[in-house]
Amino acid sequence: MDMRSAMRTLDRGTLRHIALVCLADALVGASFGAIAVSGGLPAWVPVAMSLLVFAGGSQFAAVGVALAGGGPIAAVVTGLVLNARLLPFGFAVADVLGGGWRAKLLGAHVLTDESAAFTLLQRDPKARRAAFWICGVALFVVWNIAVLLGALAGGAIGDTDALGLDAAFPAVLLALVLPSLADRSVRNPAVAGAAVAVAATPFLPAGLPVLLALLALVPAARAALRRTPARTSGSEAEPQREAEQEHEPRSERRPEPLAEAR
Amino acid sequence: MPLFAILLLAAGTYGFRLAGPVLRDRLHLSEGLERLLSTATAVLLIALVATAALTQARGFAGWARPAGVLVAGVLVLRRAPFPLVVVAAAGTTAVLRLCGVA
Repeated sequence: MDMRSAMRTLDRGTLRHIALVCLADALVGASFGAIAVSGGLPAWVPVAMSLLVFAGGSQFAAVGVALAGGGPIAAVVTGLVLNARLLPFGFAVADVLGGGWRAKLLGAHVLTDESAAFTLLQRDPKARRAAFWICGVALFVVWNIAVLLGALAGGAIGDTDALGLDAAFPAVLLALVLPSLADRSVRNPAVAGAAVAVAATPFLPAGLPVLLALLALVPAARAALRRTPARTSGSEAEPQREAEQEHEPRSERRPEPLAEAR
Repeated sequence: MPLFAILLLAAGTYGFRLAGPVLRDRLHLSEGLERLLSTATAVLLIALVATAALTQARGFAGWARPAGVLVAGVLVLRRAPFPLVVVAAAGTTAVLRLCGVA
């Protein structure tokens, strides 16, 4: 997608939000590079991880396992469990990556918590697309530069916890997701899911508790499945959803409402 | 952290990311399931917020961090500007730590 037209699509407020998220993540990225190098890893390790993995939480976790003397497989498994949430995020933002393979292959790599959250905030299909790409690409560039600088600075960067930066990441996500909680059908499972995740944290390996939060969706999922046979063409109520799928020719939509492989 | 481990983690992570965009074209999801997917995103993100705010290495993260996130939540509800929200969260946590609150 053309970045300049994407910038015009989004309002200034959203662009400012994205810039601020980039700034916050830059500080986290720099601390990641510094922690990895001052822990004794060669500088190319955090740099290569940031370019190729590009998922902050799993990078910290994998490096943490490695620095604690864990094996490389343990580090990989920890990172992968943490990143499993990207799978449902991918389905949720798939509409913004419609079109050619190039968009899918490139866009998938810049899918993060932040780009998913910014996309979730937008309703209009064009704005969703713009939010995803601007946030995703900007974060990728900023994150990698920051990690490189942090790795070069090494031990010169002090304790980022003293700056309260560990509170910035949850605060940023909260600010992005809170508006969607105005809807009770979202708020109830979100609150229940968060409670499940926190309660499970002492007992499960990192990453799994967050996935367990999806259990809170079971009632809504059953309702959705039960409702579907009746709603073959009942989409008039939500014109926006309809518009999001405009890349799919209408005639191709089958009457069978359930997920179905072609 | 050898190169093969980084490549393995990168490949698996990319697979998680790519599956949705690729499979989504081949699946016809009903309205209800579509809505469920965006609800699932919100549920996962809020769970991530809660665990990141409250826990560290399977234990309690201490009071300073959740206090900062709580301040952020209140400011968001009062429609404070986004930069203020983030700065207030980090600032609250930093000041509490400076005062000796873990």
